[in-house]
Amino acid sequence: MSTEAKFAWTPENEAAAQAHIAKYPEGKQQSAVMPLLDIAQRQNGGHVTQEIIEYIGDYLNMAAIRVQEVATFYTMYNHKPIGTHHVQVCGTTPCWLRGSDDIMAACKKTLGIEKGETTADGKFTLGEVECAGGCVNAPLVSINDDYYEDLTPEKMVELLEKLAKGEDVKPGPQNGRQTSAPLGGPTTLKAFVGKGKGA
Amino acid sequence: MPTLTIDGKEVTVDAGTTVLQACEEVGVTVPRFCYHERLSIAGNCRMCLVDMEKAPKPIASCAMPAGEGMVIHTDTERVKTAREGVMEFLLINHPLDCPVRDQGGECELQDQSVAFGGGISRYDENKRAVGDKNMGPLIATTMTRCIHCMRCVRFSDEIAGVDGMGSLGRGEHTEVVTYLDGLLDTELSGNVIDLCPVGALTSKPYAFTARSWELTETNAIDVMDAVGSNITVDTRDGAVMRVLPRLNEDVNEEWISDKTRFSYDGIKKQRLDQPYVRKSGKLVEATWDEAFNAVKKGIKGLKGKEIAGLVGDVAEMESMLAFKDLLGTLGSKRIEARQDGAALDTSVRAGYLMNTGIAGIEDADYILLVGTNPRVDAPMVNARIRKAVVKISLTVANVGSAEDLSYAVEEFGDDATLLKAIKTGRHDIAKALKAAKKPMIIVGQAALAREDGAAILKKARDIADKYCMAEGWNGFNVLHTAASRVGALDLGLTAAGGIDAILDDAEANKLKAVFLLGADEFDSAALKKTFTVYIGTHGDEGVKQADVILPGTVYTEKSGTYVNTEGRVQRSEKASKAPGDARDDWTILRALSDVIGETLPYNSLAELRMKLMAAAPASRTLDTLPTEEWGDFGTDGEIEKGGIQPAIDNFYLTNTIARASAIMADCVSAREGDQQEALKVMGGSHG
Repeated sequence: MSTEAKFAWTPENEAAAQAHIAKYPEGKQQSAVMPLLDIAQRQNGGHVTQEIIEYIGDYLNMAAIRVQEVATFYTMYNHKPIGTHHVQVCGTTPCWLRGSDDIMAACKKTLGIEKGETTADGKFTLGEVECAGGCVNAPLVSINDDYYEDLTPEKMVELLEKLAKGEDVKPGPQNGRQTSAPLGGPTTLKAFVGKGKGA
Repeated sequence: MPTLTIDGKEVTVDAGTTVLQACEEVGVTVPRFCYHERLSIAGNCRMCLVDMEKAPKPIASCAMPAGEGMVIHTDTERVKTAREGVMEFLLINHPLDCPVRDQGGECELQDQSVAFGGGISRYDENKRAVGDKNMGPLIATTMTRCIHCMRCVRFSDEIAGVDGMGSLGRGEHTEVVTYLDGLLDTELSGNVIDLCPVGALTSKPYAFTARSWELTETNAIDVMDAVGSNITVDTRDGAVMRVLPRLNEDVNEEWISDKTRFSYDGIKKQRLDQPYVRKSGKLVEATWDEAFNAVKKGIKGLKGKEIAGLVGDVAEMESMLAFKDLLGTLGSKRIEARQDGAALDTSVRAGYLMNTGIAGIEDADYILLVGTNPRVDAPMVNARIRKAVVKISLTVANVGSAEDLSYAVEEFGDDATLLKAIKTGRHDIAKALKAAKKPMIIVGQAALAREDGAAILKKARDIADKYCMAEGWNGFNVLHTAASRVGALDLGLTAAGGIDAILDDAEANKLKAVFLLGADEFDSAALKKTFTVYIGTHGDEGVKQADVILPGTVYTEKSGTYVNTEGRVQRSEKASKAPGDARDDWTILRALSDVIGETLPYNSLAELRMKLMAAAPASRTLDTLPTEEWGDFGTDGEIEKGGIQPAIDNFYLTNTIARASAIMADCVSAREGDQQEALKVMGGSHG
């Protein structure tokens, strides 16, 4: 006897799924497969299962294999259970030049796991991703839906320790920068405008 | 109609033609792996790169529509380098195990590597390895060799209409799989072997039995169903090693069913390789002379009306004519070929043919299926219907028990009395038939084999007469299941009362002798008391009550004429050697006639064929779709209420050869295994 409950949309997620399907013309509802997989993955605690793949296939009237093709092509869909915090270190050139190797080493040391592994308490999963698109704030990691940028190994360790204790952490630059403005200012264009007028 | 220049040659092509197709029109070869003219364009192998003037880089010719004024070069240094580059990438993860694999010698990758590759490998790294997939008993996989052209995936999705295959992962981790490593559940699965341009998908039964260059190819006609698929029988030392499809746009295009392709091992199993005579209840081996004399003794003093004949489903016209002539010399005209009891009559030829032709399906805009499951009865016809459904949105309506035809069908239940309502015009189907420009009705053997088959035939005829006629269009179609059937009807091999009357009379001892020409699809228990002569190939149903067995030949062992369900006459050539003392059926009948009475008037196949042309004028024209006069046929009568039962129980076991085939048995058990697995899974989740 199977102990896992069968997958089915929660009412909120069903509504969200329908909203995505409504974006596409009649008969083209398969186009919504990616957001639906994402919603299902979140509902399921971070990973998709074969059952979910078949559920979405039925839901969108498409073959399960077609859903599985999509789900295995994109790296954002996880096929194994992941930790509460999914730490993904960007390792592409700009981040790498700014020390992503050290960030990764700090993660491995603090968490005691290798890439692709999950801590024994189920809190952290560590991974490496290709360019996360935040090069101006390199190096960065993404943890679940948030980016943590301008990291140093020390900051990374601090971040992980806070998360482990369940404390609040602030996403974004970790070195006091305002978004991607220059460190230490100016933080608005007005400063430049003012200078121009004065000269 | 764009005009473009290819390697200095100007050519005008239809709008929508691709550059690659335009190149073929002027006779310029462009190498390719993923492109296939019957599949959708994928553009993922990049082997077809050519130079287009004013384009910054080489273009993939398979995916580029030909445009007005294009100037294409396929012979520049850049094209050569591009091909070498693509080839090098394709070979990076390819194991290059050509010398030890089945595809070696007939491999597109191998050939094109020699023709267009760089000649050496610069790749020193480790190659990737991919686990092999389970694709059932027919298809062997070595997925490390796969170059991800996706032809097999597109075939199963587009042509076969099953969702069994896909590609998982991305980049270097891409793998072509069947869903959950399951069986590719289609009757057309073997075609992916032909489509695979490398040795990733090969034939499991053929594995390591022969090399392609040792084989002798013979053109033949398939007898597994009434389509008459054009095939090549590959033999070595007179033994059939494999069966491959042969291109015929009007019949099977370039596909064949799994039964056609893989039942050949049944040719070698359970064969009757010498005559037998029943002595005190037991069949004992005999010489031809003994066997012929036993027949002579068995029918001594019998009157013509005490003798009858039954003709099987795979007989060719020559032996059927000799059979008819032999029984004629004995005074009997009672020969029946409709083993399933189908109420077809021979009065109007158009009344038992697929008048539109198989290719005609692509012209139709509405099809009404009556008591046929084309997926099982004739997979090639089903593939053609699916093609039309997908390409031109053909509507298919079904009155019958067929399910899961691989395309959308409007279901109207399986009650044959619906035909009455359709004829009167009250039913929705009648309105749809009326609205359609080229509608067709396809009547299957399941409907005709019922007690009220003749009335159904008449009703179907009347419906066709009322709705399915147009200029140059006769939309009345009969879909047969037996390869011999149309030929037998052309020779008039029907008897009043059909097979039931013959079996009843045999049981009542009114018939004293019955001759069987490869007839195995009936319950032979009725022939217990009758003197029975079996001329055939396998130890199957027909031999159970036989008193004399005369070993004949199967379709690959003789030159024969077959008429398919369209009425198309096709000739098959002798490919393999008959085992032991087995002889061509017509020569057996000719020799037997010498012993038991009047000698048949032909000494060679050529002479027999001259007689055949006289006996069945339709057989004079080979390889042509006939146009037959319309007429009245069938018998008015009451159609009983009630469902139409399927004509075929199991696709893989429809004739003696298929039943003797271990490969076909594997196909059956693989499907049973799949079902048990599914039941287990379902039980688990419910329990």
